[in-house]
Amino acid sequence: MPNKTFFWFFLPTGLAMILFIGLPIISTGIQSFYAQHDQVVKEVKKCDPFGCTVSIVVDNEETSKIREAKPLGKFNGFGTYTDRNHLAVEEIKKFWDETENFGAFVDQVTNLPFYKALIFTLTYCLFVTPNVLLLGFVIALSLNAVARKIRGPLIFGTILPMIVTPLVGSLVLFWMIDSQGIIGANIQNLMNDPYLSLKSSKTLTWITIIIYGIWHHSPFAFVVFYAALQTVPQEPIEAAIIDGASRFQRIKHIVLPHIYPVVTFVALISLMDNFRVFEPIIGFSAEGSAQSLSWLIYDNLVNEEVILFGSAAATSMMTIIGIAILLAPVLIRTWKEFKTAR
Amino acid sequence: MDYGLDTKSARLKTFNTIFIITWLLIACFPFIWTFWGSFKVRADFFSRSDWWYAISAFNTLIETGGKFTTNAYTQAWTEGEFWKASKNTIIVTVFVVSISLFLGTLGAYALSRSTEKYAFWILMAALIFRAMPHITLVSGYLFPFFELQIWGILPTTIVVLVAINQPFTLWLLYSFFKTVPKELDESALIDGCSYFQAFRHIIMPVMWPGVITAGLFSLMLAYNDFTVTALLLNQENHTMVPKIQSYLGTNQHEGNLMWAVSAVVSATAPLFMLVMFFQRQVISGLTAGAVKG
Repeated sequence: MPNKTFFWFFLPTGLAMILFIGLPIISTGIQSFYAQHDQVVKEVKKCDPFGCTVSIVVDNEETSKIREAKPLGKFNGFGTYTDRNHLAVEEIKKFWDETENFGAFVDQVTNLPFYKALIFTLTYCLFVTPNVLLLGFVIALSLNAVARKIRGPLIFGTILPMIVTPLVGSLVLFWMIDSQGIIGANIQNLMNDPYLSLKSSKTLTWITIIIYGIWHHSPFAFVVFYAALQTVPQEPIEAAIIDGASRFQRIKHIVLPHIYPVVTFVALISLMDNFRVFEPIIGFSAEGSAQSLSWLIYDNLVNEEVILFGSAAATSMMTIIGIAILLAPVLIRTWKEFKTAR
Repeated sequence: MDYGLDTKSARLKTFNTIFIITWLLIACFPFIWTFWGSFKVRADFFSRSDWWYAISAFNTLIETGGKFTTNAYTQAWTEGEFWKASKNTIIVTVFVVSISLFLGTLGAYALSRSTEKYAFWILMAALIFRAMPHITLVSGYLFPFFELQIWGILPTTIVVLVAINQPFTLWLLYSFFKTVPKELDESALIDGCSYFQAFRHIIMPVMWPGVITAGLFSLMLAYNDFTVTALLLNQENHTMVPKIQSYLGTNQHEGNLMWAVSAVVSATAPLFMLVMFFQRQVISGLTAGAVKG
């Protein structure tokens, strides 16, 4: 296709992506170097018959004047990146000097908001992604073995958790697991502990959200693996059966190698999706004990008083860097393949 | 192609059946339970004293005189203004689907027919864009949108959702157009058609299966979106998903949690029906990128 024709065909979608994906990333980058203005304060002298008191109050007029003049905020350089709510450089130095052993140091650091969120996000990715691959694969194998006639409805039932939005999915589970729901109440009875609930412990909350993640994402892995299983050639499998290979050996040496590219694809997609985990935290109202990077950004953006654009932008930039690190191996591999293909 | 070589033992068959039934229970029961519970009063579905009330409808019987009640639905749809939210969702969904299909088919067609290097790079860039968490993009939008005073209205959200949706639509339709033989439009070009005419008269008639799949995914994205709609729309223009969340936030009123339950059912039911109807397309779409390479 000639370049000119290509240009006109691609222009609308390209423009949409540049304007609403490319530019926002740049806008986020710029915003991350600014912080909201400090409030202008003034001293007010108040006198009554018992004497005079000087109090400091916020000068709203002046503050809003500055805000209007420079809506982006004041220039802060990398200040936002290094402050307590983000990388917390100074705090970490302080902890390093003050704490006795390494364990205490790690304890202190993981209580800082950014690191807390980072650790939750990584834990979530680390536990959800492999389990999603495994469960999806097992369901695909298992469904592949049932009679063709009843597969349709079974597949429909299987993909339900995937097609609802994560907020709804997590709410539906939360209403069952909560102490007043069917599962929660029964576990309380079983454990004989009337105070046992999702919110009572951090570990329990994390486990619940991870289970939710596996529940929500496995159908996706299932669908892709199921489709890939249909393309596995029958002849090698038959040969293996004649040679006396067990079912497990057949899966390990024939099926898995055949669908290997698909496995990496699913792993990549689900890693990308898991890294942005956010809605389940709202659905499970787990803000207290589990915060993810995306949740931190959301929290800054719905801040009651002033929207913390700078802070949200800094976290966003670091999230984007995280995504880039995750994607790097794939991009490098594709680039190498592309170069050798030429 | 089964020659009866792959014999399964009875034990394996039983095990397999048990596994599938267990999994289906895990996958579907939460939805069935929520559907069931949405016809109860709050004291039953979120029972403090006994979870069995949700089944025996103890309080529902006392409060409403029947075992089932549709109070939660009527209140959420009228008082809770869920009708407005569903109206907004329909507007957003219809526009997002049609605009993203229009842009996506043109772009993906061009990408699939280009032999230049930049086509590869554009696809790679689209992959990176696809990986961006939506919330990071939203944090980029908010400030400029406030400044331009286009925050809070439906058109802005529609355009943003279209853009966010483009990378996936492009990839999906690209892999689909790759399966449409090149000779088809090349012969039209030789006959003197322009590229656009070839697209309009030769490709469009055969591309419907791919377009339906891409459309379904755009629909699911627009319908299900929370991050963008919650932060870019004002209260008045909220779509269904942020509306559900707002019912949760105002927990003080007795009725509101049940509003959320009935709203969840109301929002999910059309989606389930749609997927039941288009199940083949959904599955072919999910696998298009993976299996075809």
